[in-house]
Formats: sequence, C-alpha cells, structure tokens
Amino acid sequence: MQTRTLTGFIATFGLATLVTATALAQGKPGGVANAIIQPEPPGLMLGLVQNGPTQMVSGNIYEGLLRYDAKLNPMPSLAESWTISDDGKVYTFKLKQGVTWHDGKPFTAADVVFSTEFLKQTHPRARANMAQVDKVETPDDHTVVFTLKQPFGPFIGVFEVGSMPMIPKHIYDGTDYKTNPANNTPVGTGPFMFKEWQKGSFIKLVKNPNYHVKGKPLLDEIYWHVVPDAAARAVAFETGKVDILPGGSVENFDVPRLSKLKDVCVTGKGWEFFSPLSWLWLNNRQGPTANKQFRQAVMYAMDRDFAKNVIWNGLGNVATGPASSSVRFYTDDVPKYPYDPAKAKALLKEAGYKGEKVRLLPLPYGETWQRWAEAVRQNLQDVGINVEMVATDVPGWTQKTAEWDYDIAFTYLYQYGDPALGVARTYVSSQIQKGSPWNNVEGYSNAAVDQLFADGANAFPDPKRKDIYAKVQKTLVEDVPVAWLLELEFPTITRCKVKDLVTTAIGVNDGFRDAWIDK
Amino acid sequence: MKTFWRNLLRNRGAALGLVVLAVVLVVAIAGPMLFPNSPWRMVQRPFLPPMTVPGFLLGTDALGRDVTAGLIHGARVSLIVGLVSTLAALAIGVPIGAMAGYFGGRADDALMRFTEFFQTIPSFALAIVLVAILQPSIYSIVGAIAIVSWPPVARLVRGEVLSLRAQEYVQAAIVTGHGHGWIIWREILPNTLSPVIVLASLMVATAILLESSLSFLGLGDPNLMSWGYMVGAGRTVMRQAWWITVFPGFAILLTVLALNLIGEGLNDALNPRLARER
Repeated sequence: MQTRTLTGFIATFGLATLVTATALAQGKPGGVANAIIQPEPPGLMLGLVQNGPTQMVSGNIYEGLLRYDAKLNPMPSLAESWTISDDGKVYTFKLKQGVTWHDGKPFTAADVVFSTEFLKQTHPRARANMAQVDKVETPDDHTVVFTLKQPFGPFIGVFEVGSMPMIPKHIYDGTDYKTNPANNTPVGTGPFMFKEWQKGSFIKLVKNPNYHVKGKPLLDEIYWHVVPDAAARAVAFETGKVDILPGGSVENFDVPRLSKLKDVCVTGKGWEFFSPLSWLWLNNRQGPTANKQFRQAVMYAMDRDFAKNVIWNGLGNVATGPASSSVRFYTDDVPKYPYDPAKAKALLKEAGYKGEKVRLLPLPYGETWQRWAEAVRQNLQDVGINVEMVATDVPGWTQKTAEWDYDIAFTYLYQYGDPALGVARTYVSSQIQKGSPWNNVEGYSNAAVDQLFADGANAFPDPKRKDIYAKVQKTLVEDVPVAWLLELEFPTITRCKVKDLVTTAIGVNDGFRDAWIDK
Repeated sequence: MKTFWRNLLRNRGAALGLVVLAVVLVVAIAGPMLFPNSPWRMVQRPFLPPMTVPGFLLGTDALGRDVTAGLIHGARVSLIVGLVSTLAALAIGVPIGAMAGYFGGRADDALMRFTEFFQTIPSFALAIVLVAILQPSIYSIVGAIAIVSWPPVARLVRGEVLSLRAQEYVQAAIVTGHGHGWIIWREILPNTLSPVIVLASLMVATAILLESSLSFLGLGDPNLMSWGYMVGAGRTVMRQAWWITVFPGFAILLTVLALNLIGEGLNDALNPRLARER
C-alpha cells in the first residue's frame, strides 16, 4: 500500500487535498459543530435511504471500504489495502483490524458480504454495480475477494460510503430490513454516533470514542439543524446559530452576500464524486431539435459565461461535453462551442429553420433555475428561435421529460466519477425508455456510440478505456444530443474557524471525520 | 350624461383616479412603442441602481434587464388581465343573476346554491388551484380570475332584478306578450347598470391584484412581463436591490388605488339618492 502525504490543506478557496489515513495537520480537539441540513432527511439508515440529506448526515455515521480524494483516487477507509488482479477481474480488500461497530461488536469480512446482499435489495445504484460481481469470498475474517464476471473499470470507484455503506450483519441478518427498529438508531463504524433526532428541529451526533483512526474525530458533537425556510437559514448563519452551510442550504443569490461576511470561507469543492452537470434535453425525435445543425445552433446561441457569472455567481465551469472535468477519462479535446450568435444564425439558416415554435421547460427548483431559463430563452430568441416557456412544477417537469413531451428542457444529473456509471446512461440507445427522467430522455441513438460505451465499461486496463472514452466524447460533442450548460458547484459556506471539513470527493458527506474547530 | 361627468369630476378622489388611470392607459398603449425591445432582454450589467447610467432611469434587475421597460410592458399585461377578466366575470355573473332574479322559485334556488358553492371557497385559493391545474398562461389566469369573481356580480344583479321584476312596467311588458329574454335584456338590465358599473370598476382593481399575486407566487404567464412577476422575482434580492421590487410594487399600488377612487366616485355620481342631496 502506498503512503500518501499531506500536500495541502483546505484554505480559503479549498485546495485539492490528499490526506493520510492516520494524521492531519495539528487539529485541535473538542468543540461542537453546528450545521444546516436541508431538507430534513426522511431517515438516517443509509442502506435504505440514499437521498442527499441522508447521505450528508449518515456519511459520518457509516463508512464504506474506501474514501476518495478530490481526484477520485481511492484512499483507505475500512479497507486498509487492496489489490486488483492483472486481468482486472479479482479485487482483494484487506480490512482494517480492530474496527468495531458503535455497539462494540467487531467489524469483519462477514459484514462486507452481508452488506453487498443487503444493498442489492435496497440500493438501485449498488444493485447495478454489484450485478458485475460473480462471487464474493472471505478467505479470512479480514479479507474480502470480489470476483467479477468480466473486467469493469469503474469498480474501484464504487466503494464510497453513499454508494456502498457497510451495514452491521449482527443487527439486520434475518430481519425485515425496512421495518427493523434499529433503523431509527443507526449503527455504523463511522467517526460519529447517532444520539438524538428531534424531528423538525435537529439531529445530534456524538463522537465515537472507539473510532478506529487514532486521534479522530476531533469534534465532540455535531448538531444538524433543520430550518425549513431559505431566508431563515441564511439568517441562522449570519447570527452565528450555525457555522456550516452545506451546498444547497441557501439560495444562490444569498451566496455572495454571505461570503462577504467577516471570517466566512467558501469552497466549491467536495462535489467531485457527484460532479453535477447541467444541460438542456433537446428532443432528438421531433421538431426543429431533431436537426443536428439546429442543436449546434443552440450551443452557439447560449452565453454560458453569462450564466456562470451572473446566475451562478461565478461558481462552476462551462461544460465542454458529456463528461464533467472531474469525471475519469474526461477530455477537452472536443469541438468547442463558444458564444457566437452569428454562427448560430447561420446554422439555423442551413438547418432550414422557419420559426416553428419551440417549447422550453425550466427546471422547477427555485429562483436560480427560473432566472436561468429566462436568460437562455432570451439567448435563443436573440438568434431567431421562437421559444415559448412552459410553466411547470416538479411533478409536471418529471412527467413531461419522462414522457418525452417537450422540445427543450433543463436538467442536471450526477455523474459518479466514471463515464460508465453516470455518463453512458444519457446517451446509449438501450436507455431509451419512457417513464424515467434520468435515462436517455433526448432519444439520441447512435450504434457507434452504443458500442463505444459498451466497450469502455469492460475494457482493461485504464489506458484502453481512456482511448475509447476520448472517441465517444468527440462524437457526442459533434452531434450535440443535448446542449451542455455548466458543471455545477454547490458552495459549502463555513465560518473560517471550521477547518478541514471538505477534504474528499464527497465533501461534507464524510468530512466531519477530519474536521476541527480553531478556538 | 353631462351631469354625470360633472358629478364624477366634482369628486376630487375620482378626478385624481381618472388622471392616474389615464396615464397608465397611455403608457400601456404607447409605451411599447418607446421601448420596442423585449423587456426580457438583458441589456446592461445586473443590479444597476436607478439613475446611475443614462437610459436606465429605474436601474436593472438581477439579470441586467431594464426595470423601466419591464414596468411599461407590465402595464399592458396588468390592464388587459384586469379588463378582460372583469368582462368575463360579468358575462358569467350577469346572466346567472338575471335569470335567478327573474324566474325565481326553483331556478333561483338552483342558481343561487351554485353561486354559493363558488362563494364558499376562498377565492384566491381557488384561483391558485385553477391556474396550477390548467398550467399558467394568460388565458388560464384570466379564466381563473373570472371564475372566482363572478359570484358577487350574480348576487348583485339578482337582487336588483328581483326588485325590478315587481315593477309595473315589467308587469306591463309581460302582459303585452314579450318574450322573457327581450324583457330581461331591454327592460330590466339597463336599469341595473349603475351598481354593476360601480362593482365592475372595483373588480378590475381586484383582478389586477389577483394577477399580481399569482405572478408573485410564480404562477404568472412565464412569457409575459408583469408587475407581479417583477415583484416576485425581485423579492429574493430585496436586500441587495430594493428598486427591482419597489417600482413595480408602487405601480400596482397606484393603479389599484386609482381604480378604487374611480369606483367610489362612480358610486356617488350614479346613486340617485346621493345626487338629490347634492
């Protein structure tokens, strides 16, 4: 196992950090962290519930076999070392010795095997990943061997706590998972233990005194405050009731104001694993958007720098293509689409566009998205596209996109660090299925792209995958199946005295292990 | 007619209201000629305070759109919604009220229970539900406002018709064998006109407020710039940029106030008892 050294620490603008499993810069022990959780999670049993807020709280209660740094390199967590066989099919994990669950029982290889079985029933993403696994074996109590049916490049990237949390076998084995009373008092191996949850008010976690990493965690307690109103959350931060606003806790327009306060630090890091990428679905089946030149014109017509600077307050990056830049095998060696209204007009003419009405469906997630849709509508109208905005709510948006009843629609999706996990689903023709807003909603179908994605998932080793994905990105960007907008960043706003909170690819979700408060 | 205008203008409030409404009307009709570009166009840097850059008297909003252009284009939307939905409400309320009052008996019972059904539901809540179901657009908004505002018209007209029905000239018309439709249309309705006009002027004001409230909640027509939309979109940044909300809010206040003053004035001018006292 290679040792990693501390190369930096999260300062005002959050340098990407590599962290050793054992020690961080002289953090001061003690203290209470007050954070916002928005919205209130429906439950904290991470094996059963995987929505955003649950991952954020429970990622500090449960642990996965691995953690990932901002470059998505695996780091030890419950597994202290791992090897991958030369044919890319056998993954052997050596588990850490002396790890105990919060109730004192030892954590062993049997728990890992149990967790894979558990998650296959309850966790859609884990189910898809584990479908690649032929068998799981445990030669001894601290060794787990996954044998795959065929090489699957993303496999080393699926052991993060939200994707594959370890579930205690001694509590869940033989019970009905969904109704097990232990779901209300989650037991994990993580740095913090569940203490109390006053619904509608706060969730309290306390330090795990027997945590398997010496000297961690440094904080004594974490309070996650539930504050339903966005303005009230901003006020809670201003008055000092809370010191940590995870991404998405306040409206975007409040971010510049709050970041300008004294002793406030902002970072856009900690979303590298999720790498949320926003784009416009362009209906490839019908209407003007079925024409490739029209779709290219849409790309040229949009002033995406304006959207980044004005609507997202400068956070994020203009997307270059189907994969965001933190996804493995990303390449920017693709055709570029700068803001060029003249070129857009020329392309529209070539496409033979005659002013047919085009419906634009905004994403009903609040003010930011509404303003963004208005700006895009204006950009498109400026080059002569006859855009009509359709008003909608969340169920309406879901239904219209899932049933393909749209011309242009806003969306954003997580990419989970690997093109085979989060990118392919948007472009391969096998994912053209009515009823889901998360698959190939645009109806793009290209046999060459299907083949490349299929090859890419199972190619071995990595350089082969890299070549395949470089090709597929080039083809897609040329075809513009969807109009890529921005790689989104959801800023984490903290009081500067909160240190080392965002150090991994999932940020706050597993960040409290290393966090400390400077007094 | 002359005395009517004299009476109306003698009322200072009404005169003031007429002046304000005339200004709003002129702006709504002529304004888009002065600002031919779409009010959605992003023309300057965002959050420009009022009177800092020539040509942007009232500043720009969160996306750099001209607040003045928005106000002027919004006047048209507000007035159209106010007038059309009031006309639509009259078109529903007057016939129902007239029939209920004229025919009486079971028809009256049925029509009034139907009216009460609409009256018992809080009107704004009903408007929200209707617009949400029909998808927000200028048509669904006008329709929703008309549907929640006709019951008072029906009740008013019914009351008037009920009392006129017993008048001798109506009895005479019946005896001479005229049809019911002719009698209602020619003999009764013209005499209910003055209270209906007063009510209608107040309804326009209410309709403008309703439209603004719907837009404020994000249920406006997303393709039309309206005052309510401007207030709603600007409220989130009120602490950084007061002017985005204050100007359209003030426009709503002035217009609604003007219409209410006119309504008061009409009430006084058209009321024969008050006229005699003068």
